[in-house]
Amino acid sequence: MLKADPHDKEKLIDPLFAPPGRRFWGALLALSAIIGWGAAMYVRQVTLGLGETGMNRPVYWGLYMVNFIFLIGVSMAGTLISAALQLTGAEWRRPITRIAETLTVFGLLVAALQILFDMGRPERAAFVLQYGRLQSPLLWDATSLTIYILTSMLALYLQLLPDIALLRDNFPPKGPAWRRQLYSLLAFGWRGNREQWSRLDKTITVISVLIIPIGVSLHTVTSWIFSTTVQPGWKSTILGPYFVVGAIFSGIGLLFIVMTMVRRLLRVEDYIQMRQYTNLGWLFIVMSVVWFYFTYTEHLTLAAEQETQEFPVLAAKLWGEFAPAFWGMVALMIVAFGTLVIPKLMPAAAARVPVFRPRYALASGGVAGVLLFALLTPQSTPVSAALANVNTRTVVWILQLAFAVGTGLGLSLWLKRELVAASVIAGACVVVAMWLERWLIIIPVLTHPRLVSYSTYLPTLTEIALTAASFALLALLSMVFFKLFPAVSIWEVAEGRAKEEAAQGKAPIVKPTPFPRSTLRRRLGP
Amino acid sequence: MSHWSMVIDLDKCIACQGCSIACRFENNTPAVKPSEAIRGRAVRWNDVFPMPVNPTEETGEYPNVQTRYMTRPCMQCENPPCTKVCPVQATFKDEEGLVRQNYARCIGCRFCTVACPYGVRYFNWHTPEWEGSLAEYHNPDRIEGEGDLEGPAVRPLGVVEKCTYCIHRLQKARARAEAEGRPFRPDEYVPACVQTCTGKARFFGDLDDPNSTVSLLIKSPRAFRLQEDVGTMPKTVYLREG
Repeated sequence: MLKADPHDKEKLIDPLFAPPGRRFWGALLALSAIIGWGAAMYVRQVTLGLGETGMNRPVYWGLYMVNFIFLIGVSMAGTLISAALQLTGAEWRRPITRIAETLTVFGLLVAALQILFDMGRPERAAFVLQYGRLQSPLLWDATSLTIYILTSMLALYLQLLPDIALLRDNFPPKGPAWRRQLYSLLAFGWRGNREQWSRLDKTITVISVLIIPIGVSLHTVTSWIFSTTVQPGWKSTILGPYFVVGAIFSGIGLLFIVMTMVRRLLRVEDYIQMRQYTNLGWLFIVMSVVWFYFTYTEHLTLAAEQETQEFPVLAAKLWGEFAPAFWGMVALMIVAFGTLVIPKLMPAAAARVPVFRPRYALASGGVAGVLLFALLTPQSTPVSAALANVNTRTVVWILQLAFAVGTGLGLSLWLKRELVAASVIAGACVVVAMWLERWLIIIPVLTHPRLVSYSTYLPTLTEIALTAASFALLALLSMVFFKLFPAVSIWEVAEGRAKEEAAQGKAPIVKPTPFPRSTLRRRLGP
Repeated sequence: MSHWSMVIDLDKCIACQGCSIACRFENNTPAVKPSEAIRGRAVRWNDVFPMPVNPTEETGEYPNVQTRYMTRPCMQCENPPCTKVCPVQATFKDEEGLVRQNYARCIGCRFCTVACPYGVRYFNWHTPEWEGSLAEYHNPDRIEGEGDLEGPAVRPLGVVEKCTYCIHRLQKARARAEAEGRPFRPDEYVPACVQTCTGKARFFGDLDDPNSTVSLLIKSPRAFRLQEDVGTMPKTVYLREG
């Protein structure tokens, strides 16, 4: 019988066996309804054809492809958090590895679903195995995705194994029989003896080493689907690392959101603490800087060479029909960066300055919003008519930016106090911005082909329904999973606690010595 | 073995679109509804369009304007970007240099349509339909084998299709020569667009024969290929105007 720490048992094990509340059933029902709507729309799409989507010639790929790349991107979080941090011995990872790994597995499964949505003849999917051509980048991606899904499932399961055994041994007498059987089956005879622990430890280390190159390969190969073609705007050598960086970045963003939801809804505040937010925040800031660097490089080369076929793609992003998405993405990224960085730079003494108050920030933000509206609307209002002069417009732009910065500064002390809220805001900004980035990588290139007239693309209801259903499925799978298995890894946290206590000298780790001192002395002689 | 090629003399082309119509009836390409055509879903294996397609700068002010037209079948590249990306070998270049498409194999991933720099590939967004009696006058030719369906056979929903240089005509010509017990001559085979061309602007033949019309024409100083910088080495060659 494996015993859990009483606090862990009360906080992590017992809630799993409590009957689900009204909120759980409500969420389950709502998500199932969305998924049902999506399923009906998918059946319709398969029957009537992909013509039900907004895709056309030359925009042969649309929302499904964007979602695919976005989803495999956010799934990178698990690899990074659990494998990379484990190998580098970052202790603070312990309470959030489970959440990250779960996101990886379900994110990848839902991503694979997008490919199925996008196929003209989904019933021929097995042809990829039967007649697969290894020369095709699409097959590299299918191979890499399959390996990645299997490895991350294995990683999740191995990390779960001791916890499942704990659940089996702490099963309440009145619990449902099927769950008892499920846990005994999945625990796979885990008794927690030294032999088993040492084997598990080795296996987890091997998997963690393997999963990093596999994860990097998936994101790189996915970028190669685009960069190995001759289409203007995709022929880029940095697309591979750009995708990897974006994947890690959006993964951390989604992790911030999900770990906060888990923390609030499952009431595990004393496990997921400020330390996790602070450290993950530093990683986030680093990735943010790298992302800006890559984005700048990617666009600078196109802007500098002004090649006849590539430049229209860039122009569409900078001031054409994709400008709202592009500048929206940049603005969100700046907000995300500022939300985490500016509070760190604010001296505590700033609290005494009465300007740094949320109400002034709100006022400043309001002014900035009005100015932005006046600048961007066509010349129809009296305000915007006054802005016809180029010089006035420049001044107003500067004013607008000043007010926007003022908003940030005004909020910074509040953000400094509320680290969780700041992290969630930054995470949400990045998740949206990274989705927009995927959109901006795929769609503008397809709408600006070489020998077909420029086109536009707008998703239809079918695509929106399937997208909503995909994200609902991701939420539903995670929700049900965290109802069956602990969202915080019990054994990892316990291990961390033991290490910490040993470091503080409370309970020294008993090192198994092959020979007791006395035996040794006896052997060596007097 | 032959190496099929088409030469289009733009000096003679009058942009009458006869080639497109001949192609449509020869290869059973469906005519889509106007609402679909506006969304860019018309299927034109052979297309005629103004050149340049996407003017990046003004070409002139009325009345000093200039319009040029381009007629475009499949380029039948020697180095096709489309076949390289196909995950299931539904599209491939055969030993005679024709880029073929197997409708029974295609999974509809549309990677080839994205990879083609010429936009010659089309996708069946809906089940093809023909209005009224048009459905009764399909070209009955089919190229069908175990696990493959090619040529003018009516395409199923959700697969990619493209110009094949009327490959069924090649097969029929070969079969006829065999039935008559004589060797097959390359000049027995011409695609429908070449046969119908009003201005006799299109020439077709075998590049392996140094004396064929196409072999002689591609040596012309007027000869050029579309998007030569992409490195696809098309076998559809144009002769420049003027």
